[in-house]
Amino acid sequence: MTDVVTNLTLFVLAAFLGYSIITKIPATLHTPLMSGANAITGITLVGAVVVAGSGSSTLATALGFLAVVMATVNVVGGYLVSHFMLEDFSKAGGDLS
Amino acid sequence: MIAGIPESVLSLAYLLAAILFIQGLRDMTHPRTATRGNLTSAAGMLLAVGVTVVWFEIISPVVLLAGLVVGSLVGVFLAVRVEMTEMPQLVGVFNGFGGGASALVAGAELIELQGGNPGGAIPVDVGIAAAAAGLIGAVTLFGSMVAAGKLHGVIGGSAIRYTGEHVVKAVLLGVAVVAGVYLVVQPDVLSASLQGSWVPSFWILILAASLLGIALVVPIGGADMPVVIALLNSYSGLAAAGTGFVLNNTALIIAGTLVGAAGMILTVIMCESMNRSLLNVLFGGFGETGSDEEMPDIYEGNITETSPEEMGILLDSVNRVVIVPGYGMAVAQAQHAVAELATLLGERGVEVEFGIHPVAGRMPGHMNVLLAEADVPYERMKELEEINPTFSQTDLVIVIGANDVVNPLANTDDSSPIAGMPVLNVSEAGTVIVNKRSLSPGFSGIPNPLFAEDNTFMLFGDGKATMQAVVNEYKESR
Repeated sequence: MTDVVTNLTLFVLAAFLGYSIITKIPATLHTPLMSGANAITGITLVGAVVVAGSGSSTLATALGFLAVVMATVNVVGGYLVSHFMLEDFSKAGGDLS
Repeated sequence: MIAGIPESVLSLAYLLAAILFIQGLRDMTHPRTATRGNLTSAAGMLLAVGVTVVWFEIISPVVLLAGLVVGSLVGVFLAVRVEMTEMPQLVGVFNGFGGGASALVAGAELIELQGGNPGGAIPVDVGIAAAAAGLIGAVTLFGSMVAAGKLHGVIGGSAIRYTGEHVVKAVLLGVAVVAGVYLVVQPDVLSASLQGSWVPSFWILILAASLLGIALVVPIGGADMPVVIALLNSYSGLAAAGTGFVLNNTALIIAGTLVGAAGMILTVIMCESMNRSLLNVLFGGFGETGSDEEMPDIYEGNITETSPEEMGILLDSVNRVVIVPGYGMAVAQAQHAVAELATLLGERGVEVEFGIHPVAGRMPGHMNVLLAEADVPYERMKELEEINPTFSQTDLVIVIGANDVVNPLANTDDSSPIAGMPVLNVSEAGTVIVNKRSLSPGFSGIPNPLFAEDNTFMLFGDGKATMQAVVNEYKESR
């Protein structure tokens, strides 16, 4: 049960930390924030890698494979679109008249 | 695991990844550092995934590699090909994939735990976490697909409502909860038929949650999508955190919770910007009725039209202009023409700023992204609280494709559906020019008295074509 308590502690602290960081982000950046945060959600890829790579039953491996595909789309696509959007912002910020 | 590397190495690598995520988000607080922040966050992801691949014993590397390659190709293809105006639906799709992956991982882990031994070996805490991750993940996947479908115009964008919809949602949620409780408690009843090695109760939960995700989003109209997208963003994070509890994986818990908090804050900001509660957005059925037949015609005889020619002349005599964009600008893809006009005005010494309402568009920050794509400096984009006090010193406000967010009824009419919603008080400016295709009401379904005011001129026409015409007139005027 100690694992659960430790995990719960992490959960609560991360929630507070997330709250205090995100409230400082200006509305201008809300879309890239969302897609960037969205890419972080792809961390579930770590879990997918574990079950896809080490699954002992065919069913678990198949589900893991599907999860790896979806999570990788999420991670790769999410970071890329965020990057493209943020480049627009830094480019647009530079030539201020 | 690979012999020789202690588990603490894995844990420390996850800690480092979490620090990179947090630092990446911190850098997002300013446009100048945000690109770096995104790369920092991506480095954290690479580290977390890389160390996982190395540390865990990979029985089927081909399966894993195939999954990574296919996912990367699809991700790159979607990201490179997307138009800025399609960004809301793409973010929605990515969201859904993240949530769906979390649900699948939880399911696969349950099957592993049971190990072909029906009725055994799922600890209570793991069962609860798996049920939560499955429920939230499946709702996120299917809810996001419906939202993306609506934003892309594949599914009707308006609020689709039917009698008994709340009953349908309640029943689906009930089935999912019962299946979840069954999964956790695993009573002996029905043990032979319902506790197969593939943990059927979990998949019943997934099925009910998937249908629930569809049922939840279908009745929500297009202009409420910023709230829905932000909320689903939060859910996808929570699903990942739940999966982290199932796998006892700290990286998933920390990263998932950060995203859950981020999405929740955005959701609250969006709701406050409409002066509506989250429950009202999700279940209220806003904007589905248009009882416009009975409404008095406030426009009759009070509408003054203008033309690009007249507007070009007017622009020669102004010192300060505020441009208020709305979803109509995105639909018309008028951002480049608008940005060109702003640049021209700036070159002739006119002060130009953009007044951006928090819920303008279809996702949080939608207008800002479009304008940034068109090279508008972010210093020119002002939030509602910043821009509202400046309207009285503004010569001209150009409203393009926005309606409800500039409707003065929000301040004056307590019975209005948008009563109390913070709006941009554009009529305090010397002159207001509204570019719209017609006088049709906005999402709220109510008329806008702004259009009938004495200092308001209507510039009817497609946003892109009209703005381009104005730019040409203005160029020729000197």
